[in-house]
Amino acid sequence: MKTHTSLFDEHEVLHELKHYLPAQAPLKDFVHHNTLHAFQTLKFHKALQKASELFGYKTSLSLDEFRAHYASKRIREDVLQRVIVERKGANLAKVWAEKAINYPYKTARQPRIGSLRANWKKEYHIDLDSMVHPILFRILCSYLDQGISIWNFPIRDKDFLSSMREMEQTSFTSVFRTKQAKKLFLTTECTIPELLTLLVGDESLYEHYLFDQQFAHAGWSGLVGVVEDLPETLLDTRKISLHDLIVFELLLEIDALYYQFGNDWTPLGNWLQHKPIDLFADIPDTELSDIMVIWQEAFEWSYYDQVVAGLEFEPHDNIPIALKSFQAMFCIDDRECSLRRYLEEFDPACETFGTPGFFGVDCFYQPEEGKYYTKICPVPISPRHLIKESESKSKRQQDLHFNKHAHSFHSGWLISQTLGFWAALRLFANIFRPSMTPAAASSFKHMDNLSRLTIENTNLADRENGLQIGYTIDEMAVRVEGLLKSIGLVENFASIVYIVGHGASSVNNPHYAAYDCGACSGRAGSVNARAMSYMANHPQVRAILRSKGVDIPATTQFIGALHDTTRDEVAFFDEASLSPENLEKHKAAIATFAEALDYNAKERSRRFESIDSKLSPKRIHEKIRERSVSLFEPRPELNHATNALTIIGRRSLTKSLFLDRRSFLNSYDYQVDPEGKYLFTILKAAAPVTGGINLEYFFSRVDNQQLGAGTKLPHNVMGLIGVANGMDGDLRPGLPSQMIEVHDPIRMFFIIEHFPDIVLKVIQELYATYEWFINEWVHLMVVDPQTQTFYVFKEGAFLPYKLLMDHIDTVSDITPILETHQEDLPIYILS
Amino acid sequence: MASFLQVFILIPVLGFLVLLLIPEKKEMLISWTCFVFVGLHVGLSLGFLVYWLLNGHEPLNLKDIVLLSAGDYEFLIDFYFDPITAVYLFVGSILTFLVTVYSRYYLHRERGYKRFFNTILFFYIGYNITIFSGNFETLFIGWEILGISSFLLIAFYRDKYLPVKNAVKVFSVYRIGDVGLLLAMWMSHHLWHENITFIKLGDYALVHEHLQIHSVIGVFISLMILASASAKSAQLPFSSWLPRAMEGPTPSSAIFYGSLAVHLGVFLLLRTFPFWEQQTSVRILIAVIGLTTTIVSTGIARVQSSIKAQIAYASIAQIGLMFIEVAAGLESLALFHFAGNAFLRTYQLLVSPSVVSYLIREQFYTFYPPQRSMEDFLPKRLANTFYMLGIKEWNLDSLLYRYLWNPAKWVGNRLNFMTLNRLVIVFVPFYLIGLFCLYNREIVPASILTCLPVAFSFTAVVMVLKSFTERKRARVAWLLTIMNHFFVVLAISFNEAFDYSSQGLLYLSGVFVAGTVGFICLSRLKSIEKSLNLQQFHGYSQKHPVLAFIFLLSCLGVSGFPITPTFIGEDLMFTHIHENQAVLAFFTSLSFIIDGLAIMRIYARIFLGPYQKSMYEMAYRSY
Repeated sequence: MKTHTSLFDEHEVLHELKHYLPAQAPLKDFVHHNTLHAFQTLKFHKALQKASELFGYKTSLSLDEFRAHYASKRIREDVLQRVIVERKGANLAKVWAEKAINYPYKTARQPRIGSLRANWKKEYHIDLDSMVHPILFRILCSYLDQGISIWNFPIRDKDFLSSMREMEQTSFTSVFRTKQAKKLFLTTECTIPELLTLLVGDESLYEHYLFDQQFAHAGWSGLVGVVEDLPETLLDTRKISLHDLIVFELLLEIDALYYQFGNDWTPLGNWLQHKPIDLFADIPDTELSDIMVIWQEAFEWSYYDQVVAGLEFEPHDNIPIALKSFQAMFCIDDRECSLRRYLEEFDPACETFGTPGFFGVDCFYQPEEGKYYTKICPVPISPRHLIKESESKSKRQQDLHFNKHAHSFHSGWLISQTLGFWAALRLFANIFRPSMTPAAASSFKHMDNLSRLTIENTNLADRENGLQIGYTIDEMAVRVEGLLKSIGLVENFASIVYIVGHGASSVNNPHYAAYDCGACSGRAGSVNARAMSYMANHPQVRAILRSKGVDIPATTQFIGALHDTTRDEVAFFDEASLSPENLEKHKAAIATFAEALDYNAKERSRRFESIDSKLSPKRIHEKIRERSVSLFEPRPELNHATNALTIIGRRSLTKSLFLDRRSFLNSYDYQVDPEGKYLFTILKAAAPVTGGINLEYFFSRVDNQQLGAGTKLPHNVMGLIGVANGMDGDLRPGLPSQMIEVHDPIRMFFIIEHFPDIVLKVIQELYATYEWFINEWVHLMVVDPQTQTFYVFKEGAFLPYKLLMDHIDTVSDITPILETHQEDLPIYILS
Repeated sequence: MASFLQVFILIPVLGFLVLLLIPEKKEMLISWTCFVFVGLHVGLSLGFLVYWLLNGHEPLNLKDIVLLSAGDYEFLIDFYFDPITAVYLFVGSILTFLVTVYSRYYLHRERGYKRFFNTILFFYIGYNITIFSGNFETLFIGWEILGISSFLLIAFYRDKYLPVKNAVKVFSVYRIGDVGLLLAMWMSHHLWHENITFIKLGDYALVHEHLQIHSVIGVFISLMILASASAKSAQLPFSSWLPRAMEGPTPSSAIFYGSLAVHLGVFLLLRTFPFWEQQTSVRILIAVIGLTTTIVSTGIARVQSSIKAQIAYASIAQIGLMFIEVAAGLESLALFHFAGNAFLRTYQLLVSPSVVSYLIREQFYTFYPPQRSMEDFLPKRLANTFYMLGIKEWNLDSLLYRYLWNPAKWVGNRLNFMTLNRLVIVFVPFYLIGLFCLYNREIVPASILTCLPVAFSFTAVVMVLKSFTERKRARVAWLLTIMNHFFVVLAISFNEAFDYSSQGLLYLSGVFVAGTVGFICLSRLKSIEKSLNLQQFHGYSQKHPVLAFIFLLSCLGVSGFPITPTFIGEDLMFTHIHENQAVLAFFTSLSFIIDGLAIMRIYARIFLGPYQKSMYEMAYRSY
């Protein structure tokens, strides 16, 4: 046990603070994660209650919203009944149902955060926030700025506090309003406890005070915490820490007090009358909190039960495809789910797979002329390889309207009178005829189609900054084997196997990175797809694979491709390497892809108000493309909105179901992996990735003000690292309202096709993975592949699931439904 | 041909009224209506411009409506069209049209979709009245509409803290500009003995003759015009409001603060150029202000790390150059420059969210760590000083607080002893005695009689100061703003043979009706919500939208907005202040400034800001 010599352990408090602050990286590295990751050690419902009590977050739909869903039958009565009986027993079910449905509750309450620091305003009538925040944010933003300002922070090579100190020493003006604060900064060491002695006085209040202070601008504090831990997330690196930020802010607060009251003020602890309740004191369950849990579960199971019913009632007669036209691997991404369905519909002889979109290629990538390496694999992986691009043919285009000279008065004088008129024409053109501009973020710019990639390493001495350039034959073989076995593709290869990465295009969208592939750290998956194809085509790799039991016929060729999910376009790479016979098949496949993409666009369009979904697929596809380059379109695509399912199993499990683009599909064949070795790898990545995406959408949806970024329309880009409202606002992590408005906040529902005992063993192997399941941050169900029975994971064990729904509609053509409905659709069986 | 000018005002007015009738949910209908009216406007504008250019492009003047005629006083609406109007019409109509189309999609599903388009049309009404105005009175109407619509656009996200706070801030700067214009009008009445039209100002000989005799008055008028223009165009020392105005949806920031609204100061200077053309000292002063602003705001723009603030300051710098161009008499250049700058900044603001992907990519391919700026060649101490000053915006924001609002608050806080009872007991009898004396002047000694106007106008200032700083009781604050008007009228009545019962009541009728309606609104709200203080923002517009709207109308009525006769009255009051009564003019204008502020403060505190009784008890402040 730790002994506390003092009440305030600075190191500990800073660590805790950083843990609770939002952990979102700068915009360019936007990757989805669980917004409430700090609470993940608790059970989901308890965590939500605690987060709400501590920080005032809204952590679920409101009681009224739940009741409205109940009234509209989106929350089913039988499900609600069952949830209540399970939680409260059959005897009390009636009482609790009445409470849940009708009883009026007072929902407004005071969070604990902020209650201590509020005393300055209460007793001293001083608004520290409005005196400190504007200058604090501006200094932080200027110091961290990645390239908006023309004249950067003058002292860049030192850490934040030293830079500020030097600025203070070498300038005729000061960031402080009073001499006292300046003197304090320049002549004393300024440790946090020292400053807190001046400001707060009572050591037992320090922790609470710092939490209050930092959570008054959680956006900036969170970013500083991230940059401290991951300096390389800024291309132009800076040395800043939460400690420095706190010291500086404490000084500014002291400065504000001196400015307002002269020497006529005393530390808060001296005159505080009521000590606020301890921030982390226990939170008892209340009747209301129980009811919110009941509603949340009922809301979720109203949907899940339907999914299970779909799996139960779909026809189970799978006829293997005799002669496959092609096979295609996609990312597990929910946006690929409908495209795969259309490909299979238009070409019943093709076969599709889903696997995380980095395709096992764990590396950094350096485009030609790029000054940096870009990580193109999941965030937790630390790659040891580098793939470089060379012989790129495309030129980067520039846009003079972003030219900084327009901001100086002399050149601005010329530019405004020349380029200004051009700008009017450009605006006119973009409003009436949107087209691709250099300002747009396009997935196809990630890598040039015709460039060369150094995928293979022939000389181990080829290293750069500690990274090996390219993979050796053995390393390649390991990756190809891992990929093929994890998706169960070990025999019956078609003669063309597409590996399709994905990316997105958008314009006027600071959150562009969130639209790309999460498994590639928020980049497009083109390099990975191309590299994996190269590896799988390599004769020596194939020889090794053959010895491992994976025999790829010599006629089979792998082809990389990239699917742009916004524009619904696919680009194929290295088509010249195809054999003449395969080229013919490829041409046929291109036609299938084209048609599937048109229909995919049509299906997506049902959510867009501005597109009439009854138009022909071709016409809609044109409008979808236009949309991706329209400056005025805040919703180029809806990204992961409505995601709810992760299904790990063979395609036969889902092939005849309409899942409404709500499902992450990871191909997996339990027969290839009887012990769950590959399942372990899949879950290790899938739980945090799809669970993280799901929870980010969940929390951004339920509290778009505090856990999301609010509406994106007034956003102002700060230092290229974040967005804020207006000029003096805090950074806004999380997702803007335009991305989450159609999302239903329900947890991710994992369905795995394997035997329960194997799955139980696999998930318990690693606690980090197990935590997701045991603490109920995602739901888990297992389908026994032999008996077709369903088991739900509860409190560490698999229990048989009793289905409530007894019927699922079957439709032969989904299109008429898509044309006429905008809301989430139920599960259908496709015939 | 001249009578066609009214059409350009009528179209947006009509559009605005039609839009008011459409239900909030009908997005398509709202945007189509707006599209049709603005489209019609741009079509007619371009057609008219071509026709006018081909037919000799002579200035047009239209004496429209006489709103009030009393003795030698005449309040008339007058429209004017010349090359300056032509350019402003060309740029304004094109940009408004483009931004309207842009916003149709951009604002899809946003709460307040209808409010947004209504405010845009409202703004557009003000813009057109201003650029077509043929005299100061008409221009002032447009000017006031612009102020209010700006307030509403900045506070578009009315349930958030910063937008509302900044809306009040910007409104207060605009208010200074308004009063500058009011004082300029006051003096020009005395200079010309009529409501001079702009077309007459073009008469060089006439202006020359008048200024020869009244050179001081001439300088005063010019200075007031300059103050008004500087406030509107964010020149020194008012610059800091512009970046803070960028709180609304990006397209509204782009069109108003990036382009149209902010260039109206330049318009005012261009429009009054014939008047101050002959005053060399004024021309030098304008150029100096322009130049200083250009240099200072370029310095600020260079260190800004947020994209909208950077564009705002860069735009201010260009407007500073326009001031110089206007002062130098280079009208065509200034107009050309205005058009280019307006287009450029609108576009830059609209594409500002793209800056992340674009500049990050540029940085990725072209970054060299030791980037040098030209300032690095300065001595280090000087460079760092300039940098820090740029970051702190040369303290412009805090200066406004320190020298304008804090003294007012300080005085107001000294008046804390005034409670509602004391107010009633002391000031109502005081007022009645005043009224009595007014009708029985013969019994009051002459020496006292001459002091009375100042005494009463001072009382009026005390009223509004108290109202402006009242923290607890909203209704007291509201009553004080109304009593202010009564005292102003009383003060002016003593000044000369001013007919309290006709002109005074004309003025007060608007105040009285609006004041009563407002008071009822507040009482109603108080009975529902129990307490009604002004300590913080309450955000009641969320819960009581209708009440909020009615109260807004009464605020406009009381603050002399051109929807009640009070508006004409304000102008009328000033015509009865003599050119040598500087103190009276000072107090009267001060009470008008603070009255407007106090009223908007009441509205903002009660109806705007984060809704207090929602889930967020502790309203998160930082956005």
